[in-house]
Amino acid sequence: MHSDSFQPQDLAWFILILPLLAAGVIGLVTRRDGGTSARISITAVVLSFVLSVVMFLLLQAPLATDPSLATSAGDWLALGELRVELGLLLDPMSVLMLLVVTGVGAAIHIYSFGYMKEDLHVGRYFGCLSLFMFSMLGIVLANNLVLLFIFWELVGVSSYLLIGFWYEREAAADAGKKAFLTNRLGDFGFILGIILVWATLGSVGFEELRARMANAPETWGPVAAVAGFLIFCGAMGKSAQFPLHVWLPDAMEGPTPVSALIHAATMVAAGVYMLCRVYFLFGDQSHWPAALGFLEGVRALDLVAWLGGITALLAALMAVQQNDIKRVLAYSTLSQLGYMVMAVGLKGPTAAMYHLTTHAFFKALLFLGAGSVIYACHHEQNIWHMGGLSRSMPTTCRTFVLATLALCGVPPLSGFFSKDAVLAVASEQSAFLFLLASAVAFLTAFYMARLVLVAFYGGRRSESAEHAHESPQVMTWPLVVLSVPTVLAGFWGLDNYYARSLAPSIEAHGGGWLSQMMEPFGHAPLAALAGLGATLFGYSLAYRLYAHAERDPLPEKLGGFARWLRDRFYFDELYSWLIRITHERLARIAAWADKTLVAGLAVRGLHGSTEILGRGLRLIQTGNLQTYAVLFVLGVVVLILLALK
Amino acid sequence: MMPVTLEHYLVVSVALFCLGALGVIVRRNLLVIYMSLELMLNAANLALVAFSRYHNNLNGQVMVFFIITVAAAEVAVGLALIVALYRKRQTAHVEDLTALKY
Repeated sequence: MHSDSFQPQDLAWFILILPLLAAGVIGLVTRRDGGTSARISITAVVLSFVLSVVMFLLLQAPLATDPSLATSAGDWLALGELRVELGLLLDPMSVLMLLVVTGVGAAIHIYSFGYMKEDLHVGRYFGCLSLFMFSMLGIVLANNLVLLFIFWELVGVSSYLLIGFWYEREAAADAGKKAFLTNRLGDFGFILGIILVWATLGSVGFEELRARMANAPETWGPVAAVAGFLIFCGAMGKSAQFPLHVWLPDAMEGPTPVSALIHAATMVAAGVYMLCRVYFLFGDQSHWPAALGFLEGVRALDLVAWLGGITALLAALMAVQQNDIKRVLAYSTLSQLGYMVMAVGLKGPTAAMYHLTTHAFFKALLFLGAGSVIYACHHEQNIWHMGGLSRSMPTTCRTFVLATLALCGVPPLSGFFSKDAVLAVASEQSAFLFLLASAVAFLTAFYMARLVLVAFYGGRRSESAEHAHESPQVMTWPLVVLSVPTVLAGFWGLDNYYARSLAPSIEAHGGGWLSQMMEPFGHAPLAALAGLGATLFGYSLAYRLYAHAERDPLPEKLGGFARWLRDRFYFDELYSWLIRITHERLARIAAWADKTLVAGLAVRGLHGSTEILGRGLRLIQTGNLQTYAVLFVLGVVVLILLALK
Repeated sequence: MMPVTLEHYLVVSVALFCLGALGVIVRRNLLVIYMSLELMLNAANLALVAFSRYHNNLNGQVMVFFIITVAAAEVAVGLALIVALYRKRQTAHVEDLTALKY
């Protein structure tokens, strides 16, 4: 790909660099001027989006012949046999993902302009947002594992900065730290996995790895399962999968547009995207080293699928008893991410990417809608203090309901198709996980219907709900724009497009709109009907319980179990207890070793003995000429005696 | 009568050298120390001349001339230093000159 003429894929560099430039300019020059900073940041992301669209159109012809194009700026690092290229990979998956990230990103940037208007640090906010866009685009475009890891960490940093944006509030600062540390835990596994891949296969570039896997799959051998699981650890942190899921709900302390962009649409999806990117590394190997002998016979993909399924179920259960509008959405995000991860584990990366894309649209829409509600109700987030908002906020309410229906998988909205794809994969691979996924679909319908009924319908339950009014147009327009793909994304053949990257063998299904809509019922009727039935059941149950409820009837009906749900199964308490008995003891031992061995013996010991020696030797230097003369003569005598010997 | 051999010269030389060293070590007055130093130099000269004669080699005597010359120059400089020191500190005793320590 080294030719002097300009090729469409070189546009990717501009798409990547623009947000970084914006972040740099804002950070160095215009930080104190919020309005200018916001305009720079929005311009950058909109330009990136336009360039992505242009490149998407220009690349259609080249991609039809060559499934993956690359553009390289040379080697970034060459150490012995390790060669890290500074290059971008453009295949159907990354090109489409670019559109999603920049498109949703642009809508959220514009929305933020209205939402953050009254904040004192708008400049800092948009600077961080641009930095995040740059890192996220880097993850999408990176053509090797090391580069991906660098952007991966950058995303972690910008997420930390944005969660703790209101760092004056202790909860926000703590949530930022929690997110960062939890992510680091997963990333540690990820980097071990990268090293293992490099050590075994001798490369970190995706295309080279793919070629080597195709040519000589046996080189991968017994470490495959371990490496696969380690890489999954990275996704576990970033995509907040059980048991590292605890940071995502707390991350809702950040501004709501940030929750929409980072913790619903893009960053948390990065884990799933990465899993699909390296999907070809996951083989059918089920041999583990002796130390992990209890896992013998389990494939890494099985672990992925099961952890994804557990996350989906636990998060959906927890969402049922949350009262904070953003937390309900956060647990819903967790649950949907669990779906995607489960789909990857069940050998359906196409379904996972499909669901990821549609989920990005409607979950961003849901969060922005929630932001609009919070804005209108003067930062009230408890849904039991809302109610009746459908009359005062018609646009927000309509788009929110639309996104809710999409999330629950009501045909013909986008969520129906992607969720059906996941359910179909599950029904083919594992009956138990299929049942679990259907149960999650039921719970999803239940808690989302609860949220909508309580927040938008019924009587107004508080002062702030009565005074609520529709948000300004700069905030409602992104809602309207995002509702378009929320409704229509199911008809665009996104899954076929992803399949070109992920599963080239599967033939595309197409046809008219109606036939596309009926298609899920044709090729996997059980999955489609189960999903639909679960959703309907969830809706009707939620309607019976919450249509005219003044307070939550569930705690009385479920008793202790409801408390468990509300308190999130006490995972946070369990983790702090675990940390108290393990980490703190280790820390105490380390502190003791540091104080006595390092500071005491090594540092102070060296300093003390040098000083004592110095004080002793100083006594020899009396200043008396004749002492020196005696020593001198004695020295000569000794030398002579030695010489004569 | 016993002939004077090399050993006799060397014994005298060692005796002179040790007396000189003892003087340097035990005397307090700088001028006396200085004279003791000269004594040590001359002890060395005596040894050199004795060896020169013993080996029938003039190199030792040439060396002695050099030493006498250097000693003369050294005396000039050293005495000047002692005079300057005395003017400054009003003393020529070594116990009082212990500023160069620690």
